Amino acid sequence: MTEPGERGRFGRFGGQYVPETLMSALEALEKDYLKWKDDERFRNDLHRFLTDYAGRPTPLYFAERLTNHVGGAQIWLKREDLTHTGAHKINNTIGQGLLAHYTGKRRVIAETGAGQHGVATATVAARLGLSCTVFMGEEDIRRQALNVFRMRLLGAEVVSVSSGTGTLKDAMNEAIRHWVEHVEDSFYVLGTVGGPHPYPVMVRNFQRVIGDETKAQILEKVGRLPDAIVACVGGGSNAMGIFYPFLEDEGVRLFGVEAAGKGLSTGLHAAALEGGEPGILHGCFTYLLQDRYGQVKPAHSISAGLDYPGVGPEHAYLYETGRVKYVGVTDDQALDAFHRLAELEGILPALESAHAVAYTLELARKMDPDQVVVISLSGRGDKDVETLMRQQSGLGGDSK
Amino acid sequence: MSTSLQVALERRRRGGETGFIPFITAGDPTMEVTVEAVRRLVRAGADAVEIGMPYSDPLADGPTIQAASERALRGGFQMPDLFRLGPILREAAGEVPLVAFTYANPVYRWGWQTFAEDLAKAGYAGVIVPDLPMEEATPLREAADRAGVALVPLVAPTSHGRIERICRTARGFVYAVSSTGVTGVRKRMPEHLSRFIDDIRRCTDLPIGVGFGIGTPEAAAAVAEAADAVIVGSALVRILAAITEEGRDAGDVLDDLETFARTLVAPLRRAEK
Repeated sequence: MTEPGERGRFGRFGGQYVPETLMSALEALEKDYLKWKDDERFRNDLHRFLTDYAGRPTPLYFAERLTNHVGGAQIWLKREDLTHTGAHKINNTIGQGLLAHYTGKRRVIAETGAGQHGVATATVAARLGLSCTVFMGEEDIRRQALNVFRMRLLGAEVVSVSSGTGTLKDAMNEAIRHWVEHVEDSFYVLGTVGGPHPYPVMVRNFQRVIGDETKAQILEKVGRLPDAIVACVGGGSNAMGIFYPFLEDEGVRLFGVEAAGKGLSTGLHAAALEGGEPGILHGCFTYLLQDRYGQVKPAHSISAGLDYPGVGPEHAYLYETGRVKYVGVTDDQALDAFHRLAELEGILPALESAHAVAYTLELARKMDPDQVVVISLSGRGDKDVETLMRQQSGLGGDSK
Repeated sequence: MSTSLQVALERRRRGGETGFIPFITAGDPTMEVTVEAVRRLVRAGADAVEIGMPYSDPLADGPTIQAASERALRGGFQMPDLFRLGPILREAAGEVPLVAFTYANPVYRWGWQTFAEDLAKAGYAGVIVPDLPMEEATPLREAADRAGVALVPLVAPTSHGRIERICRTARGFVYAVSSTGVTGVRKRMPEHLSRFIDDIRRCTDLPIGVGFGIGTPEAAAAVAEAADAVIVGSALVRILAAITEEGRDAGDVLDDLETFARTLVAPLRRAEK
């Protein structure tokens, strides 16, 4: 398994490319994290919140009708959509929220794209009695009005970010800027396996519960490890969470699905690994969408949660080592998969997760019926219903 | 030939004065304005000039300089222009050294070594990269040392136990960040500034420049009591913004820039103290 080396490097990726003002805070965070993560009281609290509050373990569900429809491998869904707040994001925010609480911070800040991480952070902040400020791009605020309202109901302040593309990338810039100014009393709850060390390793460790549970559940239900695991990758926290416990199980093929938007050749996509190059963004050395002079290029995806030009550094490492295969799925393919899962299984997946479903439909078809593929169903689609309504009316009206 | 950064700032210190280091964003809104702005700033008394390379994600900068970056990028300014601009700015600046200000990714993409060499060739005496803390700076620092360009490190009020190690890597001068936060004019200077500067001075003989948040003659005067140089960015960039944002005549705006720069320089000079 990959453990980061000095200053959080996975191979050559990772590091701490941040303003000097933050360096002491990152050193302190690493020390605090290492101190508390194995502390019995912290572990008990974490476990209690994950089970009684977030609803873990989440089910591993055999999608029988989808399997029959595809006519290949058995398709299983790891139901992160059934957690409290509706996505895997809660696993990490409980972990970081507790860490803020244990280290005496009274205030948390976060960035959010689709709003799931913002909602999860606001939720945990409410429960722990912390004040909460969430930075969100104005374009995402428009796309995800429901989640903005949820955050406000939970008592969080939502700050609209209008710079740059008005999406997750710019929300993250603004959250970092704000953290630089309020570093002494604020805990930055970073939402993905990106950013400066120790965030990528810390977030992955808070998310590995997805993979640990999947492993135990599939052994119990099927009696062996799966043949393949598929997860969507924006920043990549749900994917790292489910992949990580399987990295050394060589028989398990791992697939990370990036948002190919309108197609890789159009330039309108969010595929940092297949369509980007190594560079430095938001504190780490990783793959990102950029031009030849290192200006960061805007990402495009129908899913606000995948609409990010970078990717976590551990994914960059796994991409270059070849342990994980990264593939692209377009907006249209994701929408099609959304409808198939809805109509065949009665599950509305998040548009992020629909990317993983879409690739699985192709993959499972080419596999044998005795083979097993697990999808990380990272979140539910409630937040995307409005996007889908607009999409359908744009396609010429609703005939059903 | 330009004077080295360190020498230029030490000259002020020896004279019991405080240096003035203005910052502007290259290509905001045009190269011509940048060249003329440098000429005016030098005429107003600049001891070095920081030339900001516009970047898409300037996360150490506040809204004023972010907006300048966006304007310059919209105008098509890119890294090769920074090097093309160098010799022209050198001529405009006379003896006064130029310091490039940029972010880690554009430098990485250009190549640490090539970037340092190209800076030197273009006539820049130093470079500042705010998202390259000492732990990540080694490749660029080694390249800059070889090329004879000073990689100026930043020290923050939160640097605590890191100050000595940072100072050991410092070249040219030490850039002390006046307070936590991003660039931008602030109403008040932090109270512990002089103690913070003393902490740095114990670790280095290099001149200490203080920046972030200084935008009025009063603030410059207050900082000058402890610092060897005062760095001013957003207040100047905001003046130049009027060309684009208000459609004002560039010549008039440049006059304003020079006038304002003189008011900043006045309290830094012995004759005026």
